[in-house]
Amino acid sequence: MTAAVEITGVSKRFGDVVAVDDIDLRIDDGEFFALLGPSGCGKTTTLRMIAGLDFPTTGSLKIFGHEVGTLPPNKRPVNTVFQNYALFPHMNVLDNVAFGLRMQGTDKATARSAATAAIGLVRLDGMERRRPAQLSGGQQQRVALARALVNEPKVLLLDEPLGALDLKLRQEMQGELKSLQRELGVSFVFVTHDQEEALTMSDRIAVMDEGRLLQIGTPEEIYERPVNRFVADFIGQTNLLEGTVEDGATVCLVNGARVAARSDLTAGTRIALSIRPERATIHHRDHGTGPDAGSAVDGEVVAVTYLGNALVHRVKLDWMEIEVREANDPDRPRFAVGDPVTVAWDPSAAALVADR
Amino acid sequence: MTAVGGVTQPRGATRWLLRANTWLVYGFFYAPIVLLVVFSFSGNRNVGVWGGFTLDWYRDFASDGNVQGALRNSIQIAVASTVVSVVLGTAAALALERFTFRGRQVFDALLYLPIIIPDVTMAVMMLLFFAQAAELLGFSKGFGTITLSHIAFNISFVSVVVRARLAGMDDRLEEAARDLYATRWQAFRHVTLPLIMPGVAGGALLAFTLSLDDVVITQFVTGPGWTTLPVYVFGLIRKGVTPLINAVSVVMLLASMALVALSLATQRVRGGQDAIDARVGPDQGLP
Amino acid sequence: MTGTLPPVDVAPPEVEEDAAPATPEFEAASLRQERRRGLLMALPAYGYLVLFFALPLLIVVVYSFATRNRFGGTDLSGWNIDSYRRLGEPLVRDILFRSVALAVITTVICLVVAYPFAYYMATRSEAVRNLMLVFVMIPFWTNFLVRNFAWRVILGTDGPLSQVTEAVGIGETRLLFTQTAVVLGLVYGFLPFMVLPLYADIERIDGRLLEASRDLYATGAQSFRHVLLPLSMPGVIAGSILVFIPSLGAYVTPEILGGAKTTLLGGYIVTQFLTARNWPFGASLSFVLMAVMLTATIVYFRKGGRTL
Ligand SMILES: Nc1ncnc2c1ncn2[C@@H]1O[C@H](COP(=O)(O)OP(=O)(O)OP(=O)(O)O)[C@@H](O)[C@H]1O
Ligand SMILES: [Mg+2]
Repeated sequence: MTAAVEITGVSKRFGDVVAVDDIDLRIDDGEFFALLGPSGCGKTTTLRMIAGLDFPTTGSLKIFGHEVGTLPPNKRPVNTVFQNYALFPHMNVLDNVAFGLRMQGTDKATARSAATAAIGLVRLDGMERRRPAQLSGGQQQRVALARALVNEPKVLLLDEPLGALDLKLRQEMQGELKSLQRELGVSFVFVTHDQEEALTMSDRIAVMDEGRLLQIGTPEEIYERPVNRFVADFIGQTNLLEGTVEDGATVCLVNGARVAARSDLTAGTRIALSIRPERATIHHRDHGTGPDAGSAVDGEVVAVTYLGNALVHRVKLDWMEIEVREANDPDRPRFAVGDPVTVAWDPSAAALVADR
Repeated sequence: MTAVGGVTQPRGATRWLLRANTWLVYGFFYAPIVLLVVFSFSGNRNVGVWGGFTLDWYRDFASDGNVQGALRNSIQIAVASTVVSVVLGTAAALALERFTFRGRQVFDALLYLPIIIPDVTMAVMMLLFFAQAAELLGFSKGFGTITLSHIAFNISFVSVVVRARLAGMDDRLEEAARDLYATRWQAFRHVTLPLIMPGVAGGALLAFTLSLDDVVITQFVTGPGWTTLPVYVFGLIRKGVTPLINAVSVVMLLASMALVALSLATQRVRGGQDAIDARVGPDQGLP
Repeated sequence: MTGTLPPVDVAPPEVEEDAAPATPEFEAASLRQERRRGLLMALPAYGYLVLFFALPLLIVVVYSFATRNRFGGTDLSGWNIDSYRRLGEPLVRDILFRSVALAVITTVICLVVAYPFAYYMATRSEAVRNLMLVFVMIPFWTNFLVRNFAWRVILGTDGPLSQVTEAVGIGETRLLFTQTAVVLGLVYGFLPFMVLPLYADIERIDGRLLEASRDLYATGAQSFRHVLLPLSMPGVIAGSILVFIPSLGAYVTPEILGGAKTTLLGGYIVTQFLTARNWPFGASLSFVLMAVMLTATIVYFRKGGRTL
């Protein structure tokens, strides 16, 4: 099957700044694909290169097998939902939505009836004659969506489309976007710096940092098996225990403690052990019912935060602090600041990540 | 200033002084204008002395061939210089706001100079320039030299007004148009141009006004048969004031007022259009 | 928000023709083309200003070093700095001094009057503010000659002002053709140039900053001195330049309201060209005027000024 978007060896430099650094990316047809990364990592630049608003410095960019890397935006079968929508303020909703079809030479009547249908699709019937300024943020967002979708693009690009909405509307729109994408079967390339949004909505996620692609995978892969420190830290919360590989089954932590961790890395490789707060458990040390010493460390509670449905314990180890999050279960023992404790985890829940 | 609570509002004498100052400034702005209008209807030959109501001076104005000729010259020059400077000034504004190119900064600075340079200096510049040019090419001063000079300062004013408009416009709108299959020209024609139109119109009105107003530069580059209204009136004033000047001044005043009203209207078109549109239905916004 | 789009009579967009993959050469070429586009768009105005502004400017400089011949013409040979030497003559020095003094006085008066005015305007509700602004814009747009002429009418020997003062019992006023009249005319002419930038700057200031200063124990005066004034300084400077420069070069106002003994720089320059026919000297005076203006604006922009 040909990929909806296939990016090979693409880089983009702005003067001395390398905004995108030699990335390879394949987005399948009908896929909901998220580009995730911190501010300034090159997400928007990547999206703009797919749209044709910036030309790559080098590399190949294919849409359904056709090389488009050097085509102007009006010659590419993709459309964009811009970060702040970029609706034309001098046109009403209907004319905004009909714009793309008109520019492709569709006659006015056809363009308008198609636009009306697209406006219905995003549930804005009756708003056709309003100007963008007379719409709420959520409504403007829908107009931007209709304006792009009415052209039946092969790929829809969305640059933080929900960034400007408040939390509730944002969550509502996440669901709607997702179901709309499923119905239409068009690939969506979705830029966000919100990892939770990326995890809940996407089929696959690409994590970027400083212009480089660090990892591509399903939300589960990214969360469970991050390839390096950055990804582990950026997606969700985690504790990173540094150490070196001792053999295929053991890692030596910086304090000298040996813990079990399977890997095929050569002995001596510097790594970090990523343990999610909710995957670790906390135990009173003096109870003697301590867990297997092969996957536990000792420490002292320095803070307990009550979250209602959960409790977060900050535990001070000899060389760092870690967090343990437990469901608020009345049957579990309670811990107070100063308690000597042991923090343990299931060896399969600890991911070995490259230490950089 | 963002709304401030009572604490920082001046109180007592300060507040009273602020208010008094404001009224005095407005009085200062408008009293002379009002008096000028009043005395233009005065029957006394001595301007500034009331002598019963009359329309004589306006009749003189209407029948004075010199005044009429000067008015015609002024309007012709203003129209010509406005048309040219609007085109060049708008293109310059677009280039500066939307592109980078070699010599951009020099151009930017050069564009500022005609705005801040004193009239007299610019007048001298144009006089010497045309003296030299006439020596080489042999033409006589008149419509051409005046219009060329007016364009030289009007380009700058137009570009300033249009640039302000462009700077306030999201440049992603043009990208959105391109993304929606518009060619460069279509994006300009259907998105950029309609959005900067109030600025272009405002710039045009400013250029027209400045051209109609100019005395000093025009006086230096005018030639036989091409006396403009301000130059003619200035000449009259220097010889001695007459009630006819009063009447001419009031007519010029009215023209200025009409232009202000127009310029205010163009700045409001946008908002008004929105309101009409919401009620009446789709408009010509769609290409 | 589910469903599909109904079929439209247009084919969805397709790639018409495969392009070449991106290369640094292509990127550079497209960047160059973009620049060329910008230059092309600027070129008509650019060329125009070079020809009809920069070149004339240069000619003024050239003329200022030329020699006036016996017939009132100018010899563009025999370069010398005689014209600049003349700037030191007592007569010329007087004129320069008087012009600067009047321009300074005008600027100061404008500032003192316009600041509280602009502050008052900026602290009104939006509707009132806009209305007040319109009524500042009207005189700003009104024909300059007409506005000067109005004062000629008012200040005339038997004019309205004189009649009022006589009626009050302080005798007739004889302001016309004095320096006071000139300053009055200049203030009248250029006050809007001071009001507008001041207003723009004060309007932008966050009123909560003043509240914060009061919260931190500042008196009204201290809060003005240490918060409002520094924040509105760019407006003060911009407004001052915008009033000072045209006042220094004023020609129309002194001509209409001033007298024979109040010749100012602007009028003196005009005389060199239209009456005395000493073009080199006139050119050097113009150049001095321009140098003052350029220095003022460059200093302003260097100090972080944004626009004039
Ligand atoms: N036109 C440009 N000129 C110069 N540098 C640019 C340009 N566009 C982007 N950059 C730089 O490229 C890098 C990547 O920018 P980009 O906008 O792609 O980041 P982003 O991931 O979208 O960030 P954000 O989440 O803040 O939107 C940044 O360092 C940015 O400063
Ligand atoms: Mg971005």
